Amino acid sequence: MKLASKDLLGIKDLSTEEIHLILDTAESFIEVSTREIKKVPTLRGKTIVNLFLEASTRTRTSFEIAGKRLSADTINISSSTSSIVKGETLIDTAKNLEAMNPDIIVIRHSSAGSPHIIARHVRQSVINAGDGAHEHPTQALLDMMTIRSKKGRFEGLKVAICGDIGHSRVARSNIYALNKLGASVTVAGPATMMPRDIEQMGVTACCKLEDAIVDADIIMMLRIQLERQTEHIFPSLREYAAYFGLNRNNIILAKKDVVVMHPGPVNRGVELAPDIADGPYSVILDQVANGVAVRMALLYLLSGGN
Amino acid sequence: MKLLLKGGRVVDPSQDIDAAMDVLIENGKIAAIGQHILPKNASKQKTASYRSIDLTGLVITPGLIDMHTHLREPGYEYKETIETGSRAAAAGGFTSVACMPNTQPVNDSRSVTEFIRKKATVCGLVNVYPIAAVSVGSKGTNLTDFRDLKDAGAVAFSDDGKPVSNSALMRRALEYASSIDMPIVCHCEDTQLSAGGSMNEGLVSTEIGLNPIPSLAEDVMTARDVIIAAYTNTLCHICHVSTAGAVDIIRNAKKKDVRVTAETAPHYFTLTDESLRQYDTASKVNPPLRTAEDLIAIKEALRDGTIDAIASDHAPHALTDKEVEFDLAASGITGLETSLSLSLELVFAGILTLPQFVEKMSVNPATILKLPKGTLRAGADADLTIIDLDKTWAVDKSKFASRGRNTPFDGRRMKGKAVMTIMGGTVTYSEIKDYA
Repeated sequence: MKLASKDLLGIKDLSTEEIHLILDTAESFIEVSTREIKKVPTLRGKTIVNLFLEASTRTRTSFEIAGKRLSADTINISSSTSSIVKGETLIDTAKNLEAMNPDIIVIRHSSAGSPHIIARHVRQSVINAGDGAHEHPTQALLDMMTIRSKKGRFEGLKVAICGDIGHSRVARSNIYALNKLGASVTVAGPATMMPRDIEQMGVTACCKLEDAIVDADIIMMLRIQLERQTEHIFPSLREYAAYFGLNRNNIILAKKDVVVMHPGPVNRGVELAPDIADGPYSVILDQVANGVAVRMALLYLLSGGN
Repeated sequence: MKLLLKGGRVVDPSQDIDAAMDVLIENGKIAAIGQHILPKNASKQKTASYRSIDLTGLVITPGLIDMHTHLREPGYEYKETIETGSRAAAAGGFTSVACMPNTQPVNDSRSVTEFIRKKATVCGLVNVYPIAAVSVGSKGTNLTDFRDLKDAGAVAFSDDGKPVSNSALMRRALEYASSIDMPIVCHCEDTQLSAGGSMNEGLVSTEIGLNPIPSLAEDVMTARDVIIAAYTNTLCHICHVSTAGAVDIIRNAKKKDVRVTAETAPHYFTLTDESLRQYDTASKVNPPLRTAEDLIAIKEALRDGTIDAIASDHAPHALTDKEVEFDLAASGITGLETSLSLSLELVFAGILTLPQFVEKMSVNPATILKLPKGTLRAGADADLTIIDLDKTWAVDKSKFASRGRNTPFDGRRMKGKAVMTIMGGTVTYSEIKDYA
């Protein structure tokens, strides 16, 4: 089985079968990262360009390692060291890269829709590594992989996604994925951070953390995004941490075997108390490990998957 | 130039005419209008000096007036010039346009107003009526010289592109403009509410992750401007109405006899925010495309007279302004060459009668801007639009006379088109076989 589209721009366009294909393929790559020699020759001779025009630690490193472990040649471009600073347009950047004939272009950008622009203009496969507040499909896929490994299923799971939903591409991608896979999603955050008509995406919206995490199987905490906000969204970090942070006092509302997730980076002491971030419920580092496997799977599937 | 237009269906609400008639044009004026006109004492020589055009099966209306366009000159000639904009207007069936002052420099002085008028006269295709800025540089701090600008030929004042955010300044602007019988054309946007946004706030913006502009931003300022106009008993014209909320505010104000008029653009009764799902910057416009409910309200407002005029808000942009990330793309749709046909869709759908269509696109703009236009009475300027209601065509932006190619309507199949435009007795555009 193959993926239907040459690109991965969002979870919204993926079928449930395609999501399972990606997760199953990712499982087969987990073992590679545990070997002494962490390499398979699968993508030898292939070229992957990581065009990261917005800051990233996890996603960028993860894509680079994924490509290298598959023996591909990986190139990393960031805006500050590229001709973007000389005013070169996004489309020109894409066309110039296309002319060098890579196999896959991975793009992260602060402006929603940028991967779509690039995909329209280049013949190579384009993977969306996060576009503005729109989608972060590889994050949702690694989150699904993590849930599957911890809970063995999706149907009927009660998932709470909490934080600045309005600005969160992780929230949107996870909502699409969880709904497709049969979980039930509740989103929670301050009313000022709840996007309009969000319930029409098939979720329940709460303006109090406690209401969302009652009997939750999974709690996904989102980082408060100081760099994406303008004024007036919320009074202060102090207020946020006190009333929307997950800590040992409110986590008891969830199920006893609750799993706590976070896409990273964590604002310790704000949305997650340090003892929760580091404690037994947290699977944050499993998410990161699964991220490499999921990205290996995608690079494999989109480059012809031989 | 002597022209005899024969057998067309003349639709002229100013004279309550909707019938097959001949129109005689002489020396740039309507010399006569009636059934089977022949010039008085016509000898063979005299008859030969008239050019006769058979317009059977076609509709003749008073020349259409687009009261909201951006011609971009001076300063942004790379987007459009007065000449290319005039050619686009003529091709779109317009004999008159009003142009907004957000040029470079802003049209806040007599010299820029006179420049625009002179350029338009030299080009000779369309009557161009400058709308001058409310405030110096449209910075929203000091009023411009209203009387001087009126004398120079400005027909209204607006800071369009931006609102007049300072309510005290808006009050004084309305008072002063009204005292010299000039309308203020209001761009209603609370820029603090709309800040950072690229598209209408709703389910679509939530799903596709673009920063939202709430309809609130338009409604709040529409209410403000209408309330100030009511308090000061002044004339106020609301441009590019796009929301159900603004429609309600204007409707209620008119019921209380507030002197408010309003216009909308064809994209607000044709498209919704669903057009944004593929991040197509051709659909990025300010005010943004709204929801289906807003579209229905706009159509109803046109039908019941709450909205008086249709104006394209012709906003040409170069490819370099649009072929960038969505957040960075300029807002605007190039509209002169699609406005008429999109508006005719309202006639075909039974929302407007043909005479009402003429009111929205000719009579009312003339009344609002106090132009001696919008009529085919004998003695009036010979500004006429000839429309083939049955002509089917497809929009091809590569063939636009406008420099702007930024239209979401490329490829759209249309019915109805201007096939000839006559301004001051001169044929400025023609697709008619024997008169190209």
